[in-house]
Amino acid sequence: MSDEDIDLGSLSDEDLVKQMHDDLYDGLADEITEGTEILLDRGWSAEKALGEALVEGMRIVGIDFRDGILFVPEVLLAANAMKSGMEVLRPLLSESDADRMGKVVIGTVKGDIHDIGKNLVAMMLEGAGFEVIDLGINNPVESYLEAIEEHKPEILGMSALLTTTMPYMKVVIDTMVEQGIRDSTIVMVGGAPLNEEFGKAVGADAYCRDAAVAAETAQALVLARRSSVAAS
Amino acid sequence: MSLLEDEVAFGGSAIEPRVLVLACGAIAREVLAVIELNGWTHVDVRCLPANLHSTPERIPGAVDAKLTELEGRYERVFVAYADCGTAGRLDVVLRRHGVERLSGAHCYGFLAGNDAWDAMHEDEPATFYLTDFLARHFDALVVRALKLDTHPELLPLVFGNYVRLVYLAQTDDPGLERRAEAAAAFLGLRYERRRTGYGELVPSLTRFVDGAVRA
Repeated sequence: MSDEDIDLGSLSDEDLVKQMHDDLYDGLADEITEGTEILLDRGWSAEKALGEALVEGMRIVGIDFRDGILFVPEVLLAANAMKSGMEVLRPLLSESDADRMGKVVIGTVKGDIHDIGKNLVAMMLEGAGFEVIDLGINNPVESYLEAIEEHKPEILGMSALLTTTMPYMKVVIDTMVEQGIRDSTIVMVGGAPLNEEFGKAVGADAYCRDAAVAAETAQALVLARRSSVAAS
Repeated sequence: MSLLEDEVAFGGSAIEPRVLVLACGAIAREVLAVIELNGWTHVDVRCLPANLHSTPERIPGAVDAKLTELEGRYERVFVAYADCGTAGRLDVVLRRHGVERLSGAHCYGFLAGNDAWDAMHEDEPATFYLTDFLARHFDALVVRALKLDTHPELLPLVFGNYVRLVYLAQTDDPGLERRAEAAAAFLGLRYERRRTGYGELVPSLTRFVDGAVRA
């Protein structure tokens, strides 16, 4: 049976979610919109639809990207499909702010205009319950500092694709240290040429190799910090 | 054989002692041109597939494997790669083999001249660069590899932040210039052409062949 023949409304919840994972994998934005609307009509909360249908679907895409089964175009198409589902869910999610994980300020560093990975991370963070303040591309240290001052985020995320721009992350972190605001904000870094060692060398709290790992790491670090504050 | 996808070997005359340039396939023509212009008949060239350009994480392993395979077969070896997006991981391999490489971050730098490229990039970071090779293979390496032909909706997602395309021309080839202009038009970017010639490739290879670069 081809995808065109599948009546999403006739599927059980379980089969519909599985079909949505397949549709995300195939980058079918219209089908994801329809599937998301069906789940909501059936009484699913926006959080449940987001987590079980969209985020889980993108997690599968992320695994196959990491393993070299999918490539950048397929991931972009999948992300585009997830975005269409997010557009249905976003107004509902914003009504339940009390459950949110906190804020993340995220941006690509100065001199770098690449944002494919950063946008994926932003979307997965949103899916993980964070409010994301996206500073876009080519951010000097001042932009990060102003956003931290304004939004008081739990997490600062920095991204770079170029080996020539990734050292700028250390400039930002060192400035945060100088200004005495480093310890109050979790710093996460990512980007194709980075690795764990680089993350440690620049003084970040975490290096994340992909968007799904970034979302899981962000949740874990925020929860760990909250429990350590509660215990102290 | 395709420089894009295959390993290609050039040279192999009996003149001793032989030296090797292990090069990225994307600069094979340029390396061969410099060798021919200088009459260096004792220099062999091995090119790794140029499509590694799009997957820099695979470059250190590919270079490592080739250097290991060729160990002891040449008096000296030089690697005609820059850092090429490997974030120092290629240098770790080269230090182990005691081999040097082209200076700079990538081919745009050593072809345009690293200082000139730095200034160009600082002037406009939102620049997409083509070399002769990339102009020649734009359709395969960019359009088809990114599926922009079948999914034009991806174009703004991938290239939406760019504002200009600079064609760093190694040669005066009207056909390549037309391709570069067409690439800029396809991506919706302002077009500029800068004639670079072979840039720092010439002094780097000359130093190596003259023996100034250690084995």
